[in-house]
Amino acid sequence: MKKEIFFQLNGEPRRVDVAPHETLLDVLRGKMGVHSPKEGCGRGDCGACTVLLDGKAVRGCLVLAMEVEGQAVTTLEGLGRDGPRALQEAFVEGNVFQCGFCAPGVVLAASALLAAHPDPTERQIREALAGNLCRCTGYEPIVKTILAVAKKKKGRKAKPSSAPSRRTAS
Amino acid sequence: MSRTHIVGHSAIRVDGLAKVTGAAQYVDDLEFGPGLLHAAVVESPHAHAEILKIDTRAAEKAPGVVRVVTGADFPYTFGLYMSDRYIFAMDRVRFVGEQIAAVIAETPEEALRAAKLVKVAYRPLPPVLSLAEALKKDAVLLHPKLGEYQRVPWFYPKAGTNIAHWRKTRKGDPAEGFKQADYILEDTYTVPRYAHCPIEPHATTAFFDMSGRLTLWASSQSPFAQRDVMAIALKPFGLTHRDIRVVTPYVGGGFGGKAGVSMEIIAAVLAIAMKGRPVRLHWTREQEFRNTSQRQGVIARIKMGVRKTGEITALEHTLHWDAGASAEYGANVVNAVGLSATGPYRIPHVKIDSVCVYTNMPPCGAYRGFGYSEFHFGLESHLNRIAKAIGMDPVELRRRNAIREGDTLAYGAAMNPGNLLGAMDAVAGEIQWGRKKKSKKSHKVIGKGMACFWKAPALPPNASSSAYLKFNEDGSMNLSVSGMEIGQGFLTVMAQVAAEVLTVPVAKIRVETPDTDRNAYEWQTVGSHVTWGCGNAVRAAAEDVKKKLIATAARGTKRKAADLYLQDECVKSRKDASFSLPFRDYVISGIMQPDGRFIGGPIHGTGMFMPEFTTTQGDPETSQGGHPNVHYTVGCAGVIVEFDKETGKMDILKVALAVDAGKAINPQLVRGQIVGGIVQGLATALYEDIRYAPDGRLLNPNFTDYKIPTALDCPAEIVPIILETPQPDGPFGARGIGEHTMIASAPMMANAIEDALGVRLKTMPLTAEKIALALKGIDYEEVKGDSLGFCFRGRPCDYPFEVGGGIS
Repeated sequence: MKKEIFFQLNGEPRRVDVAPHETLLDVLRGKMGVHSPKEGCGRGDCGACTVLLDGKAVRGCLVLAMEVEGQAVTTLEGLGRDGPRALQEAFVEGNVFQCGFCAPGVVLAASALLAAHPDPTERQIREALAGNLCRCTGYEPIVKTILAVAKKKKGRKAKPSSAPSRRTAS
Repeated sequence: MSRTHIVGHSAIRVDGLAKVTGAAQYVDDLEFGPGLLHAAVVESPHAHAEILKIDTRAAEKAPGVVRVVTGADFPYTFGLYMSDRYIFAMDRVRFVGEQIAAVIAETPEEALRAAKLVKVAYRPLPPVLSLAEALKKDAVLLHPKLGEYQRVPWFYPKAGTNIAHWRKTRKGDPAEGFKQADYILEDTYTVPRYAHCPIEPHATTAFFDMSGRLTLWASSQSPFAQRDVMAIALKPFGLTHRDIRVVTPYVGGGFGGKAGVSMEIIAAVLAIAMKGRPVRLHWTREQEFRNTSQRQGVIARIKMGVRKTGEITALEHTLHWDAGASAEYGANVVNAVGLSATGPYRIPHVKIDSVCVYTNMPPCGAYRGFGYSEFHFGLESHLNRIAKAIGMDPVELRRRNAIREGDTLAYGAAMNPGNLLGAMDAVAGEIQWGRKKKSKKSHKVIGKGMACFWKAPALPPNASSSAYLKFNEDGSMNLSVSGMEIGQGFLTVMAQVAAEVLTVPVAKIRVETPDTDRNAYEWQTVGSHVTWGCGNAVRAAAEDVKKKLIATAARGTKRKAADLYLQDECVKSRKDASFSLPFRDYVISGIMQPDGRFIGGPIHGTGMFMPEFTTTQGDPETSQGGHPNVHYTVGCAGVIVEFDKETGKMDILKVALAVDAGKAINPQLVRGQIVGGIVQGLATALYEDIRYAPDGRLLNPNFTDYKIPTALDCPAEIVPIILETPQPDGPFGARGIGEHTMIASAPMMANAIEDALGVRLKTMPLTAEKIALALKGIDYEEVKGDSLGFCFRGRPCDYPFEVGGGIS
């Protein structure tokens, strides 16, 4: 019943034997020694297992390992390979995370958001993170930091522009 | 107090980089190699039943299974404060989901599959799912052996009943107090159970090696308390403290749920059964909900008398708690409330009865707030109602009764410093208290609410802390403590305390999570006490190091110690400006003498702390005479909310919370606690809504049906306010604030609802549905259906608060 699959894991070609019922999360953690994606609920509610599949944020616990054949999987280990990125540095500088269990998922979900929308509104950030549960921070420092990083990047690219975006009430 | 350079500044977290790069390891991230075994437990489908027979034969023959373990193998009980919790259910099961047996197999799938093959024959017993039933004369008993359990001396279980503990506090003469009152209000409030919901469920891997040494890697707030509880419970195997080692890597959230011992002891005995191979047990999200601990539900009757001028003359506060199937930890929550249910007010005549009741629901225990969130809901709601009745501003009413330093507490000791009035002023200013705000939309209305809070750590009188500090060759340091980094920033704050004393940058101090074999002792990380208690121990250790730095420098350079001081990682002299001896030049290798000898050696220091002024030896009938609490932290919170008058839906426009931290050692981390605590508190106030079926089954043990906040469910604006009235016995004046930040949420919301809409909700959570029903004149209690939030049904106002059988 097992089948060998091939995919890119954090930029490197990897092969692994998987059973049809095994999730990507099981295989990453159990067979490939990649531990940054966490299991918080096993049913797609909490987002702690978020990984990037061809650049899109997905739940590792809801994707069957067999489905990733030929695709590129990025975990937090891959994101910080060449040193922490601006977003990660900003999270550290701002003392943003507390217990940190949700952090791998949040960092990846935020990275995917900023790749697709380099200048998101606060509402867009909150929506992009709505599937990543955090019980510690109240989200505010996470959202504010992502907003600040996006603004800073934009400021570097273009001329500093107009007034700061209005807070969107939730 | 002299100026500080590191304390009081927002140092970067020592665990920050590890947590955003995936380097931080949590217990299930640890690798144990191909020998690792996996366990699954067999759980009770009944709330209360006698176990007639357990047939494990089919499971034992299943593929991959190496062993099936039941209570017959480990017939022991355990508990932090009282040994009323069973490692495996023995003669009977006491809640749906209780562990009866465990299967150990080569893979998790094989263990799960085989667990389903264990056949258990039951004889159902009448379940105790109502507090009134539990307390009546001749009630069905959950613990016929209640009188035999080991317990701490300040618990008063009533053998032959379902009462695990009854804390009574008596001060003055309430009858006389009520006579002096111009107005008396009496009413009942209910607060259901809640679940902690750390994103990381409990997990433990245990290994009993061939030499007889038991090691646990656990997701825990309490490595040393766990070692102690296990050494007591597992004594029959010849295990002593020396033989047991608990290692706790980073913890993915605790909130009290990972305090004490729950599933960890199951992993421990499974490892004992499988000597030589590590065994992993980790809870699913569903198990996390129902078989660790929950927050207790409570029904509370408050009778309060006031003069026309607003002074509170008397308070009677009676609380009946739904403790669930065991009370080994929950009874201490009940105890804490029994001592402190006056709230932060000076009240001359007080009668508090806090009663811990066994029921056939999952066990309960510590939850951020430790009972204070629960009783403040009623108390702070009650104060607003009294203010309205006597025509006084509710903040003014609180001002007139606010507790101050030196006031006599309900149990007789004196109140510590704290700026409650300042907190009220700050919050009132921030939400423009007293100024009505109008919604721009015709179907919406805006209300404001405020509530005060206080809380003390609930600790045994000998809950002690210790710390070790040592230098490395380059002048960097290792700090060893065993408070747990559960997200609050403990490790960083401890590094700051040491850094301040020794002038070493925080970034040069490595401080890591505990290992009971190697780290300094800490009782456990609960009660928001580690900044205070362990901070004192770290400060003492740093002072010890400082003394040695100076003594060694004096001896090695032939100077007077009295002239020397520390600055910028060097020893300097007040007498000789040219003298500067960097720590790195001598803290390991010593100071070279003209003749080639070296003076000094590796410099290290130790410190300890014991709250020596506390005692729990008060009178059991009045609580007078003891000094059970070390100190209280006070504060206030306020909210501006916009309501939809049709649907009851709420938008929180602004929340402000002021807390007197004594000294914020790291202000950014304090603000982080405030913001996180407010959001967690608002969730319990507004929509976390646990439901049990009438037969005791938990109906919503997952995040689809038990809603915790997402990034979209937050207030539009949160304003954290830090006040600093130094705690004389705290490190640099600090006291704890972590739990306090969620206490005021529910009553401040209830008060805002009444302010905006004129309806008073007395049953948590304060859902939009309840508001909408109230606005339509429908009594929620009439339409609430048959699911339970805790062991109570019916109308709160009809609950008799009686205890049958002449027990008192």
